[in-house]
Amino acid sequence: MKPTPFDYSAPGSVGEVLALLADEEREAKVLAGGQSLIPMLSMRLARPGLLVDITRVPGLDRLYADASGALHIGAAVRQSRAADDPAVRDGWPLLAAAIRRIGHPQIRHRGTVCGSLAHHDPAAELPAAALALDARFVIAGPGGTRTVGAADFFVATFQTAVAPDELLTEVVLPPRAGDGWAFEELARRHGDFATLGVAVTLRRAPDRRTVAAARAVFCGAGPVPVRLPAVEEALTGTDAGAAALDAAASAALAGLTPADDVHATAAYRREAAAHLLVRACTLAWERCS
Amino acid sequence: MTTDLATPDPATAIHAAPPPLAEPSGWHEIRLTVNGAPVTAQVESRLLLSDFLRDRLRLTGTHVGCEHGVCGACTVLVDGEPARSCLTLAVQCAGAELRTVEGLAPGDAPLTPVQRAFHECHGMQCGFCTPGFVMTATALTEQPRRPDAADVADALSGHLCRCTGYRNIRRAVCQALDERFDGGDAEQGE
Repeated sequence: MKPTPFDYSAPGSVGEVLALLADEEREAKVLAGGQSLIPMLSMRLARPGLLVDITRVPGLDRLYADASGALHIGAAVRQSRAADDPAVRDGWPLLAAAIRRIGHPQIRHRGTVCGSLAHHDPAAELPAAALALDARFVIAGPGGTRTVGAADFFVATFQTAVAPDELLTEVVLPPRAGDGWAFEELARRHGDFATLGVAVTLRRAPDRRTVAAARAVFCGAGPVPVRLPAVEEALTGTDAGAAALDAAASAALAGLTPADDVHATAAYRREAAAHLLVRACTLAWERCS
Repeated sequence: MTTDLATPDPATAIHAAPPPLAEPSGWHEIRLTVNGAPVTAQVESRLLLSDFLRDRLRLTGTHVGCEHGVCGACTVLVDGEPARSCLTLAVQCAGAELRTVEGLAPGDAPLTPVQRAFHECHGMQCGFCTPGFVMTATALTEQPRRPDAADVADALSGHLCRCTGYRNIRRAVCQALDERFDGGDAEQGE
């Protein structure tokens, strides 16, 4: 099928974008890379009256680390550019690894980091990575600009804190501070959405022998990225050895309540989560600096 | 039976009036570069780049398979990077530089190293997916450093070959990469 008719505008400022999104006459949708939106249009799952292409707004293509060391990724920054950026690979390797799990290079050349986050497919990699990395989301709207933390950003499947008349202008990642990291996922084929995935960060205590802080976030396990405090508590203070990993895996098995679907049963997903978690924690521990 | 498969010059091929439509919609004049030639066209907002190339510019070497971004047959180079033309609107490409399979060896020009490698290694099977593979492989050969085996696998995984011809396709890509980065004398294994 082909998309239903719509109007298209490529404004030159965030103010103009917001004015178009405020148009109550016709439903407006933000278009960035279009790698999720255009198939939805072609299958007529979405029938907006207006597409607002934000990729020509000056400044939204900025990718930089600020004076505090935080990474700013503008709404028009494409996934492959972020994943290939030396500063990202060095400072936020978990993000680069999560991006490389998205589709294929042909998709990542067009798709944007912020677009994937704002689209919020619950099986997608970037929402879980953003939660694991404590991302902050900068949202411009009619009332000004506000910042939302990752824990409050993802609301439900395909739903975030961004209202229809608002624009996610950038995502900000705090400095990594030497945390070890891993992103592991199970997919039927390379490039598919995750049947189940996990993002892990671990920080070593000053004695370097114990876990000072842990973060584990699962994708494909619920309508939003799932962070499990019980898993993190099972790891914190331990030596990240076999007993601790067993306890963490048990906590994941007990804590996750994924759904059955055509790709996998809930029981299979929970088993996969436990195994991937152990593998990810082992890798993350080795990668701590 | 003979059929004239010669590709019209895109600069002159398109300037017919846009097709009539039953539904009103936004129309836009876009200027872009296609295979080195400047193109100006009136396009409807919802026109996919794949349909623009095939139906309006008559560059039918870009094949359309799944139309929702899975198969990779429609891959073209947008500003030098391989991208799905079925997941891109023509209007998004205003100002862009596009390259399609027709642009690689136009007219009687010799085949590019990638095309020659596909020919020599029999990397095309039935040929339907070939233009997409060739464009992705062309981009691989244009990178500053040689892509490693994982990069090649990652790039080729963005294409579906239903003849299951990946073995020969990968061989062809490796041959083209050898020629580009090692001077071309190495016989590439798996």
